[in-house]
Amino acid sequence: MSALTGREAGARRAAAVPGSRTARYRRRAPGEPRAVGYLYVLPALAVFGVFLLWPLAQTGWLSLLHWDGLTRASWAGLDNYRDLLTDPELRAPFAHAAVLLLFYAALPVAIGLLLTAALTRFRIRGMTFFRTVLFLPQVLAMVVVGVAWRAVLAPDGLLNDTLGALGLDGLARSWLGDDTWALPAVGTIGTWVETGLCLVLFLAGAQRIPRELYEAARIDGAGPVREFLTVTLPGLRAELAVALTLTLVAALRNFDLIYITTSGGPGNATSVPSYEVYRRAFESGEVGSASAMGITLTAVIFALTMVVTRFVEGRSR
Amino acid sequence: MNTSRTERGVTYGILALFALIALTPVAGILSTALARQDSLKTGFALPDGLNWHNFADAWTRGHFGSYLFNSVLVAVAVVAATTVLATLAAYAFGTMRFPGSNGLFYLFVVGLTLPQEAVIVPLYFDLRHWGLTDTYWGLILPQTAQSLAFGVFWMRTYFRNTPRSLLEAARIDGATHWSTLTRVLVPMGRPAFSTLTVIVFMWTWNEFLMALVMVSDEAHRTVPLGLAFFQGQHSSDTALLAAAATLIALPVVAVYLLLQRRFIQGMLTGSAKE
Repeated sequence: MSALTGREAGARRAAAVPGSRTARYRRRAPGEPRAVGYLYVLPALAVFGVFLLWPLAQTGWLSLLHWDGLTRASWAGLDNYRDLLTDPELRAPFAHAAVLLLFYAALPVAIGLLLTAALTRFRIRGMTFFRTVLFLPQVLAMVVVGVAWRAVLAPDGLLNDTLGALGLDGLARSWLGDDTWALPAVGTIGTWVETGLCLVLFLAGAQRIPRELYEAARIDGAGPVREFLTVTLPGLRAELAVALTLTLVAALRNFDLIYITTSGGPGNATSVPSYEVYRRAFESGEVGSASAMGITLTAVIFALTMVVTRFVEGRSR
Repeated sequence: MNTSRTERGVTYGILALFALIALTPVAGILSTALARQDSLKTGFALPDGLNWHNFADAWTRGHFGSYLFNSVLVAVAVVAATTVLATLAAYAFGTMRFPGSNGLFYLFVVGLTLPQEAVIVPLYFDLRHWGLTDTYWGLILPQTAQSLAFGVFWMRTYFRNTPRSLLEAARIDGATHWSTLTRVLVPMGRPAFSTLTVIVFMWTWNEFLMALVMVSDEAHRTVPLGLAFFQGQHSSDTALLAAAATLIALPVVAVYLLLQRRFIQGMLTGSAKE
């Protein structure tokens, strides 16, 4: 259903040369019939079912109730979902999430592509070093990332110090405490985290593009832009899908970072759906509403990943 | 290919710039962790000596010793449980055919994109009902369930990619399905297992929301949770905060630096799901 299936399917098609050995094996489902398979699957399925699938169904059920978590619940029908559409306070988190999508997904992908275009024109030495460093933000706990970036964005933090040193004191502000700037500031942290991921993915993908394609393009007189559009970009389709899926999901799931940097503030300037689910369910006792938000967020994530896959697979045909 | 000297220069310049941007916050935390504690700045600080005792202070004053113990315990349990359960299930999905096997497999794959926010609310009420909140089980079981999505997906790929002739040979030699798994496939699968281990370890170690919701007493706090509370109470102790952050990041970063190739590969393939 996503990039990988696409790639797998491609490999399967490629392998399906008549008469080749792999063709015969790959066409059918692997393995031999064995009812004992159920026994092997059972333990994992039990844990997965009790602690993931069952709660998922329960969330769906809770989203149809008015419940404060303590007293008797009452039937709400689709009220909670209707509120998500009509109540500005409940709509705002989704609007913020949309802004964060730009910072977490669109910007890193764009930067990644631009850099890849510049970086694939010859073999780079020390690529392992650069790859390790650029990917590093992905490895750090978001809580640690949050603590580090608070020190960058604080009123007396690194960013304002730098602005001061450049004589731009007028621009300095409390980035995370500013109504207008808090959301872009959080977004910037997301850009920092995800850009390396995109770059690493694209560079790896670009290395698989046959050099002959570049040489052919050059013989045809293609400049760097045409070369990028006709060779590099089409060659990166699978990586593009993976990068978009990963960054979209990261943008929509960013609870830790919001919790540690702004707690949704100032006001609710940086509240996002994932944070609202937590706040409503465990702080303000609006369990039904929190569940509806959780289900909607899940639906949005599934829909977006599906669109990305469709888009990428559609163009490959 | 002919590329000019300037082009090379510009390229390395760009790479160096981005490497610098990626490293600055990390270096800032490291430097602050070694700075003097009485600085009133909330930003990064430059050390005027190497104040290693910040780590000792964070360890004792911030109780990070016991948080680290909790994190290690939970991470080891989750990694072990995920590895065993995922290997068994993936072995069946990868080498056997039985009715519904595809459907069951996709059920696991759904877990890869599923946000925690979709399950966390009832999960809390369920675990509280079963008396598992504020216990290690309350952290281990849900996180194992989450990791299984990746584990099953990842190990199934490994089992599918093992040469079928190997399985047939084992079978001709009279090996049962169980001994084929334990004697042939598991010993051969070291690279696949080590990727699975480091990825699940990292996810469990860095996990925040689950711990925040399931644990309210200090005795069961894991390190990310400890850091969040520490920040709430000691936000002016920048040096201590940075030292604590360093203590948390260190195990994962160390493993990452050792096994970066495997790490990146696992994260990209795994979280890219289907």
